[in-house]
Amino acid sequence: MAYKLLGKNFTPPDIRAKVTGKAKYAEDFRAEGMVFAKMLLSPMPHARVTSIDTSEAEAMEGVVGVLTAEDVPPGQGANEVILTNNPHFIGEPILAIAAVDEQTASDALEKVRVEYEPLPFVIDPLESLYPGGPDARDGGNVANATVPLQTIKWTARDFAAVEENQLPMGGTPAAEWSYGNIEEEFARSAVVYDETFVTASNSHHSMEPRSCLSYWENGKCFVYGSTQSQTFVVPGLAGLIGIEPKDLVYIAEFCGGGFGSKGAAYATMALPAHFSKKIGRPVMLRVTRAEEYYLGSNRAGFQGRAKIGFAADGKITAIDMYVVQSNGPNTGFWDFTEAGAAVSICYQPNAMQYKGIPVLTNTPPGGPQRGPGENQIACAFEPFLDRAAKELGIDRVEIRKMNAPDNEAIFDGHQNRVTSAYQREALEMGAEKFGWAEKVKRSGERNGSKVIGVGVGQAYHSAGAGGFDGLVRITPDGILHIHSGVGNLGTYSYAATSRIVAEALNYNWDNCVIERGDTRKHLPWNFGQFGSNTSFTMSRSNHAAAMDLKQKLLEVAAATHGGEAADYELGDEVVRARADASVQMTYAEAAEKAIEMGGRYSGQELPDDISPLTQGAAAGVAGSGLVGVAKDNYELSAVPPALAAGFMMIELDTETGMIEILDYSGSIDCGTVIHPLGLSNQVKGGAVMGIGMATKERIVYDPQNGVAANVGFYQAKPPSYLDVPSTMEWAAVDIADPQSPLGTRGMGEPVMGSAASALVSAISDALGGHYFNRTPIVTDMIVNAVAGREQSHKPLQVATF
Amino acid sequence: MKDPVIYQPDGEATAGEPAGTASSVLKKKASRRAFIKGVIASGAVAGSSAFLFSGCAPDKPAAGSVERLLSLTVNGQVRRVDVLPNETLAMTLRYKLGLTGTKLSCDRGECGACTVVIDGRTVYACSTLTHMVGDRNVRTIEGLEGPNGELHPIQQAFIDELGPQCGFCTPGQIMSTVALLEANPNPSRDEARHALSGNLCRCGAYDHYLNSVMRAAQEA
Repeated sequence: MAYKLLGKNFTPPDIRAKVTGKAKYAEDFRAEGMVFAKMLLSPMPHARVTSIDTSEAEAMEGVVGVLTAEDVPPGQGANEVILTNNPHFIGEPILAIAAVDEQTASDALEKVRVEYEPLPFVIDPLESLYPGGPDARDGGNVANATVPLQTIKWTARDFAAVEENQLPMGGTPAAEWSYGNIEEEFARSAVVYDETFVTASNSHHSMEPRSCLSYWENGKCFVYGSTQSQTFVVPGLAGLIGIEPKDLVYIAEFCGGGFGSKGAAYATMALPAHFSKKIGRPVMLRVTRAEEYYLGSNRAGFQGRAKIGFAADGKITAIDMYVVQSNGPNTGFWDFTEAGAAVSICYQPNAMQYKGIPVLTNTPPGGPQRGPGENQIACAFEPFLDRAAKELGIDRVEIRKMNAPDNEAIFDGHQNRVTSAYQREALEMGAEKFGWAEKVKRSGERNGSKVIGVGVGQAYHSAGAGGFDGLVRITPDGILHIHSGVGNLGTYSYAATSRIVAEALNYNWDNCVIERGDTRKHLPWNFGQFGSNTSFTMSRSNHAAAMDLKQKLLEVAAATHGGEAADYELGDEVVRARADASVQMTYAEAAEKAIEMGGRYSGQELPDDISPLTQGAAAGVAGSGLVGVAKDNYELSAVPPALAAGFMMIELDTETGMIEILDYSGSIDCGTVIHPLGLSNQVKGGAVMGIGMATKERIVYDPQNGVAANVGFYQAKPPSYLDVPSTMEWAAVDIADPQSPLGTRGMGEPVMGSAASALVSAISDALGGHYFNRTPIVTDMIVNAVAGREQSHKPLQVATF
Repeated sequence: MKDPVIYQPDGEATAGEPAGTASSVLKKKASRRAFIKGVIASGAVAGSSAFLFSGCAPDKPAAGSVERLLSLTVNGQVRRVDVLPNETLAMTLRYKLGLTGTKLSCDRGECGACTVVIDGRTVYACSTLTHMVGDRNVRTIEGLEGPNGELHPIQQAFIDELGPQCGFCTPGQIMSTVALLEANPNPSRDEARHALSGNLCRCGAYDHYLNSVMRAAQEA
């Protein structure tokens, strides 16, 4: 289908501010009388505060106030808290001091005397699962956003049932499911692999630290924060502050990177609000890079084991998997369950058994990071397909194609279906773009100490949701206002999905304004900008509102010129009679008329099924024009998937372990392409993060004291220009999804995991089929492998050098 | 600290050098020593208090005898500004002069978000003491637009190629591009890649940024 706007590049309305420095991020705002807060962070991984003396600090000139755990809501279960007297990780905030300048606040922190009672702590989840092992919290050692806080210990028998360096498969899990006859399927397999693996945790390290400004005015709390999402943040943040959502003014025009860590409200951003309430002055909390490491969350690490069977033709027969998740001390994210779903959908085994357990650790809190669970498990599982391909004499792309999900795919314990899936096509397009057939011939080619490796990888993430609201409006000046509450993560999808409204209403894009970034702009209840969902979810809710507006335009025309709504159609910013195009009214005139007509036309009467937040937003614009507002009630009977494939060629130096990536192509199945340049930037940017995850980034702890060794960028090693190829290629299947009004699905996450697993695949290929069962694969691991030396880590060792 | 240490450019052409490496602006040893001395003199502490700054407090007595009132040339304009001895250029720009386009991300010379251009060279403003700038012209992202708000060709190229994602590192990436293209109007893609390698982008928009740089070079 030919569209006027969709599938074409455009200049997103916020980009000019980004290149001129006018874009305002949270720390760029100022308020009259603003003071600065600095936090005192726990020096211990697990402790109880026995006494706090702030008298000397409070007596200092310039100090305005102190905020302690007593001033903020207490913690419940393993939920994160704003301040605590019972820290569960090094870097957890104990108290904060506000002063007229940061130097004073910082000097005052030096005068605070805190005494701690150290408590046992745990870095390695398995240690906590051992009988009598330490617990990261008083209330237990297992918890998650999906699992209540509890104690689960494995038995000595569980550990004794396996050899050293193998993950026990018999220990009690926190989640499990299965389908098919796993024993039968393994029995008929031509090859079966059984491996223990580790995927390291790594920090999000968004470029913008989560700084935040807050003040109170006329009974409302103003917060300038850094979040990926806009409206979705409001209820959670209001809850953290202790107010009703209607009393929160939330401003988040720009977000300097989140990658999942700023998807929903988080505790740090409620601190200035509480502090400001206490001292009666605006409070700016500037978060440092080190604090961002501690509070900015990290991807859950896995210790896992997988048994996987292949029939002689390469078809995957059965999978048995167990993942132990390094959860951090708080509820964290459910990477461990996502991992099971991802394996199930990507490989379509006839039978599968899944077990997982999130174990609390005294490390900075875990949180969702781009493809949480899906991307790290891709690095653990994709090598199995390479091994089987080699052993069974099948091409590595072919073995993936034959196991890939299509429209008939069924997956995970719920036996979900997909809205549509074209991973086979994505693999084919990517292979062609990359030149797989030719490049794979160069596999193993040597040039001195350097050797060529060629790899392919895949990943999945769900790609959308339904049931949110849309709000659009034409004002008498003829402007179409698209109220977008989704947020601005930097993907430009807030704008691309707004264009769907213009497309549906035959509007000139130049006459459209996107209202966003500030709750005072009357923003509807939208999902957050995370989970690869925006292009699906926002398309649906925006389309629903556009259809409501369209119907009202027709009705307004009928009310003006006579006849029925069905007698009219939309033209070029006019609504006209089908029988006689000269009988028409401009959209501007229709807006004027709608105000006159009132009721549902101008937003004075609203649908019953929209969220209270949307009702508030719509009420705010009522009477200002022709208002379209609707809940997305479109069919959603299956899971919309985002599926990606990555192809990589590398040159690996066997003497140094250094890798140079010579070529990368990424391909994606994400339904209709709405914004090619935006899609390109996601595919390539995701690959950059994937390269970091596969070969560079990991958290490292001193096991004796629980101290983090790689807090800053320099040690955390996010990829730079010189770590990635200077050009990359991309392709998209571009087949419309049937449950998205204009066929769009999201895609932001699997483009990382597919690149990461492609790199893992290429490294193993360069080494002639050496599989590490661990990511990241760092240079010393490669050098050890080449030399046939034992690795310096034990197979199940985590968070280590 | 009566006479603030004025750095000396090393005199070598450094186009294509990563932003903010000490040698791209300062004689390495002198600059680092001077920076550390400046910080120590003011009694500041290191570590996670890296975002320290002072100066919102009115009429604070000077620590030591450094002349605090400076004439700082920013984007061609001379601005009188009260600067503490330990104050970094990034803090002066952001909190004294209202130029918030210069971003702070690591505040320790690792990421390049605070890159500005002084004497044609890229400088990490987080790791430069304002007192060391002297009378040199500091160019920031805010100084690129023309008098009537016309975009600089580099800014336009960054828009046309959809360079930025989240945009937080973008001002730094653009300032590194400014320094590169003024010294080397026709860089190869690899030269551009090295010139910008002192600017981290967590979104990984490197390919689009390099497309932007090459387009800017082509259209200039």
